[in-house]
Amino acid sequence: MKHVDEPGYSNDIDCYIRNGGYEDLKKAFAMKPEDICAEVMESGVRGRGGAGFPAGMKWKFLDRKSGKPIYLVCNADESEPGTFKDRQIIHQDPHQLIEGMICSAYAVGAKLAFIYIRGEFFEGYRILERAIEEARAKNFLGDNILGSDYSCDIIVHRGAGAYICGEETGLIESLEGNRANPRIKPPYFPAALGLYQCPTIVNNVETLCDVKHVVSMGGAEFAKIGTPGNTGTRTWCVSGHVMKPGFYEFACADLTLGELIYDVCGGLRPGRSLKAVIPGGSSAKVLRADERFTGKLKNGTAFDWGIGDIPMDFDSLMACGSMSGSGGVIVMDDSTDIVEALANINYFYAHESCGQCTPCREGVPWMRKITARMVAGEAREEDADLLNSIADQIAGRTICAFGEAASWPVQSFIAKFKDEFVEKAREQAARRKEGKDAAKETVLI
Amino acid sequence: MKLKPETTEKIDKLVPRYPVKRSAALPLCHLVQEDQGYLSNEAVEWIAERLELEPINIQELVTFYPMLRTEPTGKYHVRVCRTLPCALAGAYQTCRKLEEALDVAVGHTSEDGLATLEFVECHADCGKAPVVMVGEDEYTGIDVEKALEMAEKMKSGTLPTGLEVHTEA
Repeated sequence: MKHVDEPGYSNDIDCYIRNGGYEDLKKAFAMKPEDICAEVMESGVRGRGGAGFPAGMKWKFLDRKSGKPIYLVCNADESEPGTFKDRQIIHQDPHQLIEGMICSAYAVGAKLAFIYIRGEFFEGYRILERAIEEARAKNFLGDNILGSDYSCDIIVHRGAGAYICGEETGLIESLEGNRANPRIKPPYFPAALGLYQCPTIVNNVETLCDVKHVVSMGGAEFAKIGTPGNTGTRTWCVSGHVMKPGFYEFACADLTLGELIYDVCGGLRPGRSLKAVIPGGSSAKVLRADERFTGKLKNGTAFDWGIGDIPMDFDSLMACGSMSGSGGVIVMDDSTDIVEALANINYFYAHESCGQCTPCREGVPWMRKITARMVAGEAREEDADLLNSIADQIAGRTICAFGEAASWPVQSFIAKFKDEFVEKAREQAARRKEGKDAAKETVLI
Repeated sequence: MKLKPETTEKIDKLVPRYPVKRSAALPLCHLVQEDQGYLSNEAVEWIAERLELEPINIQELVTFYPMLRTEPTGKYHVRVCRTLPCALAGAYQTCRKLEEALDVAVGHTSEDGLATLEFVECHADCGKAPVVMVGEDEYTGIDVEKALEMAEKMKSGTLPTGLEVHTEA
């Protein structure tokens, strides 16, 4: 997003072209599709949606021999709490996404592509519709693009408020006109059996934009940004208790979590200290401010970090037992009631479970009910263990990763802050003894 | 069911773009809901017939996707984000203030039909929390004070309903 902060930069096609836009598309068309795929592989770019799976590898799995049409789908369902990067790209630089998509569609051999955009992005939808019309008018889209024999169209498809549509097979179900119940893998790997049972590539907005830059600079050059295995830039979305929340783009591992919070985001509110950080969207495991993180990185290097020392990249956060996920960094200061924060998160996941798998459909609402009861004045000392036992029975027992997404917050909040869950019950008992209302007024639920 | 001519035109243009008709189900739900304000049984049946599906195929979408609704909203459709980043910025207080100022309980429409107030999940603009949507318009950084101002403007009819823009586009 190098241009978006420049004065006068607008999201129309003329401005985009004035700044070198669609030159990479011309470059892509001078290349063979398989060469673009090879460059993407060499770039090492990893999916920006949450899982961090290498995009080149995902493309390599594509079944090109089936004889069926191939589809490209852009996942713009951005709904992981704490994440708002795709919104910025769509609003401020939609043509970058469209150019990245056409390059990608050409590379994977798709003649029809979709942008699945979350329903709440009303304005984003209109911006994309207009941008696609502009691109079509200039023959960057449509039949025989730029005089080549390659034709491609993009359909913008609106979701309708369901978080599970961000899961790629759920998204495909939704795109087919069904409830977004995720599909079981195997056999339904989208690269083989995706949309309409055809080979399909589903990539995040930011990932598809990266493809444009891979075409522009070549895979080897792209791989020089960041560190080996953590290439390119990432847009960190910072929310919660910092002075300057917002989105900030940096090369992977270019800064630490501490630098992001204190230097970039202006630190915490006056008089407050850091309590916890959820580093990759609300599903990511929480980090406690006073923890020490020790271990060995993938490359064998030993590390010993405080929370502020953690380099912001895929592998470092994973080595600390969490993940960079979708890049949503939620910061909580010492005013935060941890049980309330978990109660809030549980409410979200209970609301968003698609209801297909029993452990998730039943278990996640149980977790919500328990934390709701705890903040309502009926906390019990054994609740932490009870919550954990439910979470342990959900994770790994569902069709899609939602089971983990809903369990990890519970497991990590309890692992890191068990004392506060127990204290909640004791505190309420003491208040009751004094004849006071056991429940305190809540802030987060 | 009588749809506006521009809705019919949009639908007729949209359906053939999809390789499989059924894919147009969710977009059609949106278009008909925007046209009618909500999805009645009649609307569900109409969409099903248009796509050569059974009404249940549409009904199951209406009951699954939170943005689809079976009842009309008030003049103002107010959606306050409830999720953690907004809550850390005071979304619960914002929502309680709106309840009080608009005299409506969350999840309901005020008796005078002025506003429907909903507490919904993440709008993906967490850097500007708390986020409130009115119709299709987004308002950011809505603390208790600003919530009160918004409520006053709704009462005096000076706040856009957030549906005007869409009609123009």
